[in-house]
Order: sequence, then C-alpha cells, then structure tokens
Amino acid sequence: MLSKRIIICLDVREGKTTKGVGFKGNIDIGDPVTMAGEYYEQGVDELVFYDITASSDKRDIIIDVVENVAKNIFIPFSVGGGIRTLDDMYKVLNAGAEKISVNTAAVLNPGLISEGAKIFGNQCIVLGMDAKRVEKTGNIPSGYEVWINGGRTPMDMDALDWAKKAQDLGAGEICLNSIDADGTNEGYELTLTSLITNAVSIPVIASGGAGNCEHIRDVFVEAGADAALIASMVHYGRYTVSRIKAYLAERNIPVREII
Amino acid sequence: MISIIDYKAGNLTSVGRALKHLGVPCVITSDPRIIMSSERVIFPGVGAAGKAMEVIKSQGLDKAIHNVIAQKIPFLGICMGAQIILDKSEENNATCLGIIPGVARKFPDVGIKIPHMGWNDISIERNHPLFKDINPEAQFYFVHSYYPEPGNHENIIATTHYGITFASVIGRGNVIATQFHLEKSGRNGLRILKNFSEWNGEL
Repeated sequence: MLSKRIIICLDVREGKTTKGVGFKGNIDIGDPVTMAGEYYEQGVDELVFYDITASSDKRDIIIDVVENVAKNIFIPFSVGGGIRTLDDMYKVLNAGAEKISVNTAAVLNPGLISEGAKIFGNQCIVLGMDAKRVEKTGNIPSGYEVWINGGRTPMDMDALDWAKKAQDLGAGEICLNSIDADGTNEGYELTLTSLITNAVSIPVIASGGAGNCEHIRDVFVEAGADAALIASMVHYGRYTVSRIKAYLAERNIPVREII
Repeated sequence: MISIIDYKAGNLTSVGRALKHLGVPCVITSDPRIIMSSERVIFPGVGAAGKAMEVIKSQGLDKAIHNVIAQKIPFLGICMGAQIILDKSEENNATCLGIIPGVARKFPDVGIKIPHMGWNDISIERNHPLFKDINPEAQFYFVHSYYPEPGNHENIIATTHYGITFASVIGRGNVIATQFHLEKSGRNGLRILKNFSEWNGEL
C-alpha cells in the first residue's frame, strides 16, 4: 500500500537552516546538509529546502547546499524559493534535486508551470501555495486567498481555483501552506486541506501548523493529505521521525518503516 | 565500468551520484561504442516515452541497447527504463525497443491520484540476484503515470498494488528493470544498485 509521506522542511537563509513564526523572526538553527543527513538516517521520506533569501544573486548558495545534500542522501528532495525561470529550474535539478517548487513566480507567470512540466516532466513541478482564510467574495468563492512573496502580498485570487488551474497546467503535486496555521504548532488547517485534496487528482502535501503526532494523523485521516510537511516538531528535538511514524503505524496509517 | 545511458532527460546525474557513493565506477554517456563495450549498462530516467524514443533512435542508442542485450551484458532499466524496453507505450503512442514483450499503460481512473508518487511495497514473485538481502517489507520510491504490462507472466519479477496490481519489476535473462527509483529509495535502493554492480547477468 502507498505510504503517507513525512516530509521535513528546511528553510535555508544564506546557507543556514532557520525557523520563524508566521514567516517572521527567523533564527538560525543549524547546517542544512548536516541536518538533512540526520533526518535521512532517521527515516524521513522526503526533504524540502526553501531558499528564503530567494534573491538571484545569492542563488549559488542554495546550489551548493543542494549539491552537498545530493552526494549523501538518497531520497527525493525538492527546492523552492526564488525560482523564476526555466534556467533556475535546470540548475537546481542538475545539482541533484528531484523536484522544484514554484510559488510567487508561478502566480505571476503561470506559463512557468506548463513550460517546466513539458521540459522536466510533471513529476518535477510542485506548486507551492500560501493560502489565507478570508471572507468569501466574488473573486474568492472558497474563502481562501492566495498570497505571494512569502505571505506578504494578497492576490485577490481564489486558492481552490488556482490549485485546479495549476493541475491543468501540469503541476505534479501541490504543497499547500496555510498562512493562518504556519508556525502556530496548533495543527494543520484541515478545512483548507480537505477542500484542495478533494478537488484535485494530484498528490497534496499539507503544510503549516504541525505541533504533535495527532496533528499529522488528523491531516491524513480527516483531510486526506498525501503527505505532511513538518519543521519545528523535529528541528528542536521534540520528536524524531521514527517516533512520529511509530505513532501513525499504531493507528493503522501506512508509513514507510526503516528496514 | 558501468555506462549510464545519456538520452538528454533530466535526473541522469542522481544514478551516477548513488554509484559514486557506493564506490562503483560509472560513466554517463551517449556514445554507442562506450555503451557496447561496458561491463554493465543502466538506462535511468524520467520524462516522456515519445521524447525518449526519439532521442534514442536519433543517437543510434537503440542499436547499441539491442547489441548490449545480445552480448549478455547485464542491463538495468529504471523507471522510464522499465517502459522503453517493452514493445510500445500508451504515452505518446510510442513504439519502444521490444526487448520484453508488452505495453506501458496509463493508470486507469479508479479513484487514485496520478502520478503514483511516494513509497510503496513490492511483492517478489520470482527470486532474482538483484533482490539478495532485501527485506520483503522494504518500500521503494515511485513516481510514474504509466506502468509496465509484460505480455508474458514469466517476465514479472515483482508486483505492486496501486489501484490495480501492476508489474513493478520486470526481467528476462540479463535484463532487469524496476519501475521505482533505486537512486531515491534510500538504503534498499542502494543495496539493489550494489547487487547490480556485482551481477553477471545470469539467473
């Protein structure tokens, strides 16, 4: 049976892993290459690196990180943050990443998804989406609005419509982040996650809000997510991947065991 | 030396990195002469079958691959490499290499998410040297929308269930191919790559 995936997210700023709350107040917590190695040994299913510096002049730093991760870690990993062109995608994939996550650039230029999918394959293109709960309006019938620029700029664009459109354009997967839940440790946004997983036929990674194992169980069982993104739960040593997987396995949720 | 066939698709380098990590010498090449004179050959990959076959033919790689198989050189297909060795693919309606009889089919619409993406089990139907020391409970990383459907049951080495039960490992003589990505399947994937690097092509 296909396992539910546990994905660890490492926000990388100028070569260091950082962690913030609600996109603000980031502090450095370690070396991304070392941390990636430890999580690989613990049995994480996938890794995501977000280049939160995200400016093209600093691009080489994340490429270095990707190359060093790829030398020793043999599970899929994706890279997001500041990817604006097909050339950016090519560099990241060539450095050893399995997938590329596009967010702001895809909203501003949806052709980036279709072009990227055509050249590198659908499975390489992950739509990263930051959504925030708002009043339902004519432009936002689902009540969830797409924000860009790392959660700083509202787009008056409906999150559900955008997810469906991105799938049609050729995205192979959606990484759905709730701005409301992000960094709270109070659980994923289950309503938003269900809304999107029920509307698309590509896998959905739930992101934002994981604070304990029950939250992960809920997003799989109640909201139908295919994968759960976690960060602070493991970054501060409160949980290990194996402890999370043992919890899920006891509740009959299919997870990959390390054997 | 293992040749990794370069057919201009993405992701060729990750198989090379995995072999390097294992200390197994390899070269990424599209030169038919190098491929035909190597000890072992890997056809990795992602991408679309139509595009892959176009490049294979234009570079004369089809003849090189047939020559490798005829010479009994151990040949490993990964992902796309498990599909292009069949007769044809429903993807782009491509005519493939015809090394193992069968067709690559699209997953049916039976309420499953496509692509089949993530870690899944395999059931080994037939013992094979590549699966030496592999725990039967091990899971492997899959990413694909099409799956191999060999015409002969004896070419099915292992199966996987995702909406339907499909052949996730196929083989015949010195040819073996996995639909899952060995280079992204953690230590079990590396173990199979290591086993391949030691396999003489005999069953």
